[in-house]
Amino acid sequence: MKQQEMLAMILAGGRGSRLKDLTNKVAKPVVSFGSKYRIIDFPLSNCANSGVNVVGVLTQYESVLLNSYVAAGRRWGLDTRESGVYVLSPREKADTGLDVYRGTADAISQNIDFIDQFNPEYVLILSGDHIYKMNYDMMLDEHKANKADATIGVIGVTMEEATRFGIMNTDESGRILEFEEKPAHPKSNLASMGIYIFTWKTLRRYLVADMKNNESSHDFGKDIIPAMLGDGRKLMAYLFSGYWKDVGTIDSLWEANMDLLNKDSQLNLDDDNWKIYTEDVTALPQFIGPDATINVAYITQGCHIEGEAHHSVLFTNSVIHKNAVVKDTVLMNDAVVGEGANVTRALVSDGVKIGEGAVVGSPDSPHILLVAHDVPAGAVVKEEA
Amino acid sequence: MAKAFAIVIPSGRNFYVKGLQDHRPLGAFSFLGRYRLVDFAISNLTNSNIDRIQVYVGQNPRSLAEHLGNGANFNINLKHGKLQLLFNQDSKLNDIYNTDIAAFAANLSIIQRMLQEYVVITPSYMIFRQNFEELLNRHIESGADITVLYHKVDNAKEQYRNMTLMSINRQKGVTNFFANLGKTDSANLSMGTYIMKRDLLVELIQQARKTSSIYRLVDVINDRIDDLDVRAVQHRGYFAAIYDLKSYMEANFSLLDYNNVQDLFVPEWPFYTVTTDACPAHYFPGSSVRGSMVANGCDVEGSIENSIIGRNVKICKGAVVKNCVVLSHSVIGKDVHLENQVVDKWAKIINAKEIVASPDNPGYIEREDTL
Repeated sequence: MKQQEMLAMILAGGRGSRLKDLTNKVAKPVVSFGSKYRIIDFPLSNCANSGVNVVGVLTQYESVLLNSYVAAGRRWGLDTRESGVYVLSPREKADTGLDVYRGTADAISQNIDFIDQFNPEYVLILSGDHIYKMNYDMMLDEHKANKADATIGVIGVTMEEATRFGIMNTDESGRILEFEEKPAHPKSNLASMGIYIFTWKTLRRYLVADMKNNESSHDFGKDIIPAMLGDGRKLMAYLFSGYWKDVGTIDSLWEANMDLLNKDSQLNLDDDNWKIYTEDVTALPQFIGPDATINVAYITQGCHIEGEAHHSVLFTNSVIHKNAVVKDTVLMNDAVVGEGANVTRALVSDGVKIGEGAVVGSPDSPHILLVAHDVPAGAVVKEEA
Repeated sequence: MAKAFAIVIPSGRNFYVKGLQDHRPLGAFSFLGRYRLVDFAISNLTNSNIDRIQVYVGQNPRSLAEHLGNGANFNINLKHGKLQLLFNQDSKLNDIYNTDIAAFAANLSIIQRMLQEYVVITPSYMIFRQNFEELLNRHIESGADITVLYHKVDNAKEQYRNMTLMSINRQKGVTNFFANLGKTDSANLSMGTYIMKRDLLVELIQQARKTSSIYRLVDVINDRIDDLDVRAVQHRGYFAAIYDLKSYMEANFSLLDYNNVQDLFVPEWPFYTVTTDACPAHYFPGSSVRGSMVANGCDVEGSIENSIIGRNVKICKGAVVKNCVVLSHSVIGKDVHLENQVVDKWAKIINAKEIVASPDNPGYIEREDTL
């Protein structure tokens, strides 16, 4: 196979259990986002737009939809002769006797043979659960200029938030001195974005050693990065200043969707130079009925609105019937809000039907209400059952 | 392998859609802000498992060629199927020579080489849903030489001028094809959709060429109406034909009635088109939208009423767009008031604050113009 300068591996095996019922049927990376996209469209489109043409997607849980979704590499233009999207499930190999990935590093270790085929100089490791637009090619330029062994994407967070992230303590040149996972008393506000560029030869050596280490949890953050730091390897931080959001909880997923309503949001999806590609659906354009009211909304094709949508994000084929009022809400694909129903501060899951006159959510709830099951007509649902 | 291949034909002479047609053939017209007219014909064919499709391309071929490409977006299995664009090399400058027969004749050897026994001919400028597999089976069972699809209309005095009407006898045999000169309201409108054996098509093309250089397919069938068994099959359901600017607008507006939407668009019969990967439409504070269809990629700050808005259109603060068809990438500037207009692609209306026409004589704003 033709040598690739940099190959990308997307870790898409996470359970996403904090997304509750949303990930009962689908893996987190294929959870829908932003009216027409899925979360994994972001790293895949970033790869395509950055000229990273070979992408391995490491899947584990509930991966039927994920497998079939990413296998259609054509959606992201990753189907030319020298490019491809490869779905890499855990392989039961004679020498491991295992059929799961034991950790993020193990997922890469089990696919060393796959990566070797392309003989890359560098490997880009990504996670499949963040929303952002980023040019990995620029990050690679820095990695090369620094002659680094590893370059880790970081983003500035508040000191308060820093306790929830993996934090990089660096010197003035950006060289990483220390890595702390969720520190109680953070020394820096540079949070790891879960984006790593490794020089493949070096990483390969560490992975081989890690596989043999029975004490290891086979995790990049817990094992590989500390081992490299311990050996005095050159690990650099790459500071990213754009929009980046971990959509690991219902609240943050809702928030990221709401961010799209803000005209000045840094996450501009209306960007011809950096399009986010996704599955093409055959739905007709959005149909706004004669008595509808639309007041600040993000709406995609296939939507049918006869009622009111206020400050809401509507996904493909979602329906708001007459006299229904939807406010501060995310309606996912094929969700239906019945006549006269009222939905506030909610995230309505794919295909959920809210019956006529039902009242769902409330304006002063501390958290966003996830509606994952049909709501009968006339019912009142203020918090999760 | 399907028993039939298909030919999608462009509009013939006598039809002219003000402005729009100067830039592209009818088949490439934008429809409902997302589709192009030809999408309906091609999707009808691919949904009917007919995957050898020839599209005849006349003047201004660029937009149609770009849109259709190799057909990959239209659910054609490109191993055993194929979408071919056939250009009419010797298209004459005088429109009178611009006939379907001239296009068939120019591509006669390709037609003769096709392996399928039957041919489906359908136009690129009409919108309807039709299962051609069923129609083909019905044609074969009937033993007819030619099956023609028609739609019963009740407003032929006002509309469909110069399009072809048919007289049909009680046995559903066609006895005559004639041009609509607006004599009666009630009429059988030919949908320009025929099924016949490929060999019969070849014979008719050759016969037409011998008779007259300006003969159309319908003329030569008319000449043979007594010796051929020509059967009419009535199409029911949503139907629209585009033949002038007013009919173009009315066809778009007819689908602002949700009953018509449900009639034309059914889940098991998708109409394919080409994605542009536009982001969803964004409605900002102060916007107002009613009775409209809006495509993705739009930024809306003004008001939209009873209109069709194409992809990536910007409607600025205070703008009012009423009874309009706005094609993609246009900008409707601040406080601009538009009524009964077709706004072609990439137009910018900034300084002209009020452009209002009557529904009977809609206005057309030129592509790439800045007003």
